[in-house]
Parts: sequence; structure tokens; C-alpha cells
Amino acid sequence: MRAADAFVRALEKEGVEVIFGIPGGAIIEIYDALYDSNIRHITTRHEQGATHAADGYARASGKVGVVFATSGPGATNTVTGIANAYMDSSPIVVFTGQVARSLIGNDAFQEADITGITMPITKHNYLVTDPKSLLRIVREAFHIASTGRPGPVLVDIPKDISQAEIEFEYPSKVELMGYKPKYEGHPMQIKKAAELIMKAERPIILAGGGVRISNAEKELTELAETIPAFVVTTLMGKGSISEYHPLCLGFVGMHGSKYANYALSESDLIIAVGCRFSDRTTGNATLFAPEAKIIHIDIDPAEIGKNIRVDVPIVGDAKKILAQMKKYLQYRQRKEWEEKVREWREKFPLKYRKEGFKPQLVIEKACEFFPDAIITTEVGQNQMWAAQFFKVKYPRQFISSGGLGTMGFGFPAAMGAKVACPDKEVIDIAGDGSFLMNIQELATCVHYEIPVKVFIMNNGYLGMVRQWQQLFYRERYSATCIGCEKISFEKIANGFGALGITVEKPSEIEDVFKFVKDNSDVPVVVDFRVDFQANVLPMVPPGKGLKDIIEGD
Amino acid sequence: MKFTIAVLVENKPGVLVRVASLFRRRGFNIESLTVGTTEREDLSRMTIVVKGDERVLEQVTKQLNKLIEVIKVSDVTKDSVERELCLIRVNAPSEKRGEIIELTNIFRGRIVDVAKDSFIVEITGDEDKINAFIDLMRAYGIKEVARTGKVAMVRGGKSGEK
Repeated sequence: MRAADAFVRALEKEGVEVIFGIPGGAIIEIYDALYDSNIRHITTRHEQGATHAADGYARASGKVGVVFATSGPGATNTVTGIANAYMDSSPIVVFTGQVARSLIGNDAFQEADITGITMPITKHNYLVTDPKSLLRIVREAFHIASTGRPGPVLVDIPKDISQAEIEFEYPSKVELMGYKPKYEGHPMQIKKAAELIMKAERPIILAGGGVRISNAEKELTELAETIPAFVVTTLMGKGSISEYHPLCLGFVGMHGSKYANYALSESDLIIAVGCRFSDRTTGNATLFAPEAKIIHIDIDPAEIGKNIRVDVPIVGDAKKILAQMKKYLQYRQRKEWEEKVREWREKFPLKYRKEGFKPQLVIEKACEFFPDAIITTEVGQNQMWAAQFFKVKYPRQFISSGGLGTMGFGFPAAMGAKVACPDKEVIDIAGDGSFLMNIQELATCVHYEIPVKVFIMNNGYLGMVRQWQQLFYRERYSATCIGCEKISFEKIANGFGALGITVEKPSEIEDVFKFVKDNSDVPVVVDFRVDFQANVLPMVPPGKGLKDIIEGD
Repeated sequence: MKFTIAVLVENKPGVLVRVASLFRRRGFNIESLTVGTTEREDLSRMTIVVKGDERVLEQVTKQLNKLIEVIKVSDVTKDSVERELCLIRVNAPSEKRGEIIELTNIFRGRIVDVAKDSFIVEITGDEDKINAFIDLMRAYGIKEVARTGKVAMVRGGKSGEK
């Protein structure tokens, strides 16, 4: 059997339902084989769009996202998407075509050393050098991407390999000497953690993206209720517990609420689950939660002690560990602490000045009108406002580029999420700058009838940088004005064949949202002409501790 | 501080690059790195000397363990036999030859090449011994030094690799 055909059959065996990609010379053989398959293929308009779409698909569904790209520029265009998936531990497998083996190293047409390039941003990668190893590698790639701490895997397939003849023998199991993720937490450590929790007077749970990956939302909520403990989340952890739950204090860190940051800083015990204590979450690490002991649950041993000292490390799967931990715990009210947190919550709510046309209002209203929608975000102010004002109800509802902070992620990710969850409304909360970075995917959405919604907080600036320039660089607005108020996103959307709407006044928001709701079967771009001066507040200035927070005005 | 770690890896193309790239990316300092075959054809063994404190050692170990092709990482800094091989080309005018030969014998080295006015001396041992010998040779004028970097193995019955 032609290796390309065997390869596509292997993807079917892996349960692949959809592939995002763009064909090209070095991968043409595989596309030829795909022609006979029932696997759906979505031709994006840029390979970066394909990788983000696969990433969004993976985050929304929990399945592995799959990307096809050709050699050279096709492959290098996937790099940002791969790095993004790597930073946020998203399981995607990227298959790239490569020039024939005899040409590798000769600087052949469309040759790029993509395995060399992606080595530091993949969980693992392969250059297939023997047709006989192709199917084993496919099997391993899916296994590595989806188990342990998930992440992207790239497989580079030279053209002559896909043309070779091989037997179809799909390996039933994977044997990797050096890869055995640990799922069971150490029982003694779990017990020790439970003892610490019982003794703690001001316990708090810090939930990260690992909770979603482990599908541990139910166990986390139960743990919080059993102790009881308040829950703060990282950006990636949004959705670990319903944000309507009375114990949930929302997200924490540089743009977290003052009460969430205070509660975390003043706690005497942090139960960190599936988070990596990034600088955006901890603020200045040396000032982080000075009185707190720390229990750190993570499947990746390398995360433990990397950024923050830990008292009780537990390596393993969060879902299993939390369920076991609960058995050792008894409910004990901690009145003084609860009252203190309630007081902070009442005293320092998230707020913004209501006059003018404020982006925060758009997002609050979006949350009211589309409470069940999957939200993706771009990166910058739009992302932080979405994190602050869109209250997430269920797991996998909030999809955002956390680690890499990739502008241009949200829109293709929304496309992928919509493909994964066609029955859900999917909204990309965007900025004008970010949306322009992958706007070409509008063509994909229209072509394949993927009806995502894009709400642009158009302020004509690279707003987050403008905010930093205003606050920390004496209002020297170097290169941040991009003048998008002169662009008609409405006309652009129309030009692509999507619906476009321009919104100039806050009084129009509700009618527009009603209209969007009525048009759930077509892609819609809404251009909200918001006040350009609006800032994301509160804010912990870079290098400061979490309690050193600038309040909202 | 310096640590010596033994890393057992799958003998596949690109493994060395993966390990080296990890050190560069994470900002770990390699003092020396050797690679060689083992008793098993499919495995290679790297001996890496790393500069840093306990925290660095912990991160190096954990990050190396994350590489799919890395099978085992052991700290062999303590309680191990360490050896390095060194070749030194040293000036050896006829009136100094006796002294150099004597010193080489004391250090249990060997003269492996003799030219008109220079020797190549081969010496094996731990780092301190080799450093001491090189210091002694400086008096005669060293023309060239080539060191292999360290290999190490834990003493006694226990194997670092099982």
C-alpha cells in the first residue's frame, strides 16, 4: 500500500475527524490519499490559522487537533501556533511535508529544517527517515501529544516516504523507554496535604489550566466545598469552577481583582492545582503570599519548585489526586477568614467608569446575552477585559492564549472551537490589532460555513502597550497608534461574504446582540467603536507584589 | 558548584542536539559533555558536568527527564569514579626530556609521540590530577592540550542505570 494511504488510514484509526491545513508540493501525495477518506479537511488561508484552529479545536473538545502543512514556508508558518500550543499544553499533532530524503540538506526548493526549528517548542518531534517507521511514529505522536502533560508534536514526512510502498500494520501499543507519565499521586503526600489543609485557617485554592486538561472541574469544586476554601484561578484556569459559584473569586494576577489578589496574598495555605506560577499570576515572586504554605499538584514534576518554593509537592493527575484528597477532609468553617474575604469583595469590586463607550460594558452585556457561548480571546486589553467581565459557567468555555500571548490566536481558535462544538455559539472577543493578524480566516469561515462571531473592541491602538506607555513611559505613545477607526471592518466582513456591523454608541449594544443571536448560522463581525482611553484595571505593575495593585477608576 | 550527571539516552540521531539545545534554552551552563556507547547498542551515555547550585541541578534533571529519548538521569557527583583523558603536546628540548619523562611516570602517564623538540603526553585520571599535571608542564611550554571531558560511574555494586 502507498505510504500516504496507510498514513491516512492510521489517522482514521486514531479517530481523527477533522484536519486543518493547506496543501503544497511536498505534502501533495498525502492530500491525494486524503481525497478518498471521510476525514473532514478545512483549508485555512494561512498555516498559522490552521495551527490555532487545531489548538482551539483541541481545547474545546479535549481531543487532539491535527494540522497539515507543506514543507518550507508552510512548515515555518506553523511555528507560532506550535509555540502557542506548547506554552498552554494543548495537544496538537502537526504533519509537515518535507523535500525528498535525497534532497535534504541541499537547500532544495521549499526546504526548511522544521524539526530543528521546532525542537524547543514541541513536546517531541520526528523526521521520518524510514517508510517502515511511519505508522509507529504516527501512533507515538498521538500518544505523546495527548498523555501526561499534553503538548504539540510535529512529524516531518519527506515526499519520497509518502510515495513509498509499505504494509499497513498499525501498532496496537506504544513502547517508549523514556516516556512514562505518572498519574497516581503519592498517597503519603496526599495525606500530608490533607493534614495541612485541616490545620489551615486561611486556605485558598489556586486553579490553573491543568484542571481543564485533567477534566477535574467537578473534583475541584467538591474540594472547595468540602474544606471550604475560596478559589482563585489563573487565566488558563478560568472555568475550573463556575464563576457564579459563591466560593469563586475569579482570576488572579496582574489584572485580577483586588479581592482575589488580596485573598491569595493573605492566605496561610495555597492549594495550587495544575498551574505553573507564571510571573503574570504571582507578580514579584519574592513577595508572593509570604505567610502561605504551598501544596502543588501537577503532572509535570519539572513545574514543581521551578518558580515558587513548595511545601508539599504532589506529582500526578489532578482529577485522581483531588478525589483522593477529599476523603481525608472534613468541613470546617473558618468564619474570620470568610468574613475578611467577603469584606474585600464588597469593598473592592471590579469597576470601570460608565460614561462614554466602554469596552467593559460590551463584554458585560455579551455575558448577559450569551452566557453559554464559548469565548475565545485575542491578546491584550480585549483578553483581560474578557477575563474580568465574562463570567464563565462551565469547563472549556473560555479559550485564550495564556503563555505565549499570541495576538491573532482568538479568531482561528474560535473557528476550531466552532468545528468541535457546532451547537454552541462561539465568540471571539477581539481587539482591532489582533483581529487583523489573522483576518484572512474570514474567507475560511464563509467558505465552510463556520458561523463564528467576532466582537472587536476597536480603539485604534495596540491598547495594552498604549496603556503601559501611558502608565510607565510618560505617555510617549511610540508606534502604538494603528488608526483602525479609519478601517471599516463592516465592509471588510461584507467583502468576505460575512455580516458586518458597526456600533458607535452603547445604546445600540442590546439591539445588535439580538441581531447577532438571530443570525447564529452566519459569521458576523461586530466593530465596537469603544473609547480609546479605556484601561485595564486593576493592575499590578510589572515587578511589584500582588498587593501593590493600581485600582480601577 | 559543579555537578556531574550521567544521562542514559536512546541512541538515535538528534538526541545530542536535543540535550544541548535544552541546556542553552534554559540557561544552564555546561562545563563538559561526553557521549559514548554503552553495553547496549540502542543506548548511549552522556556524562555532563554542570555549573550551578542545587536548584539548577534539580531543574536540569527534571527538564532532561522530560525529553522523550532520555531514559535515566543520575547525579553521579558523589561516590563515583571519574576519569578524563588528556593529550598534551609539550616542548621537550633534549636537556629537559629526562625531567618530563620522570614527571610523566610519577603521574602514570605515557609518552605517545616523540618529535625533534616536543612530546605528546597521554594522561588519564580525575580532573584534579590532570590539572596538576598540566600546571607542571607549563614550565616547559605547552603547545597544545586536548581533553576528552569527564566520564563517571557510581562506585560499588549499585548501577546508576537500572
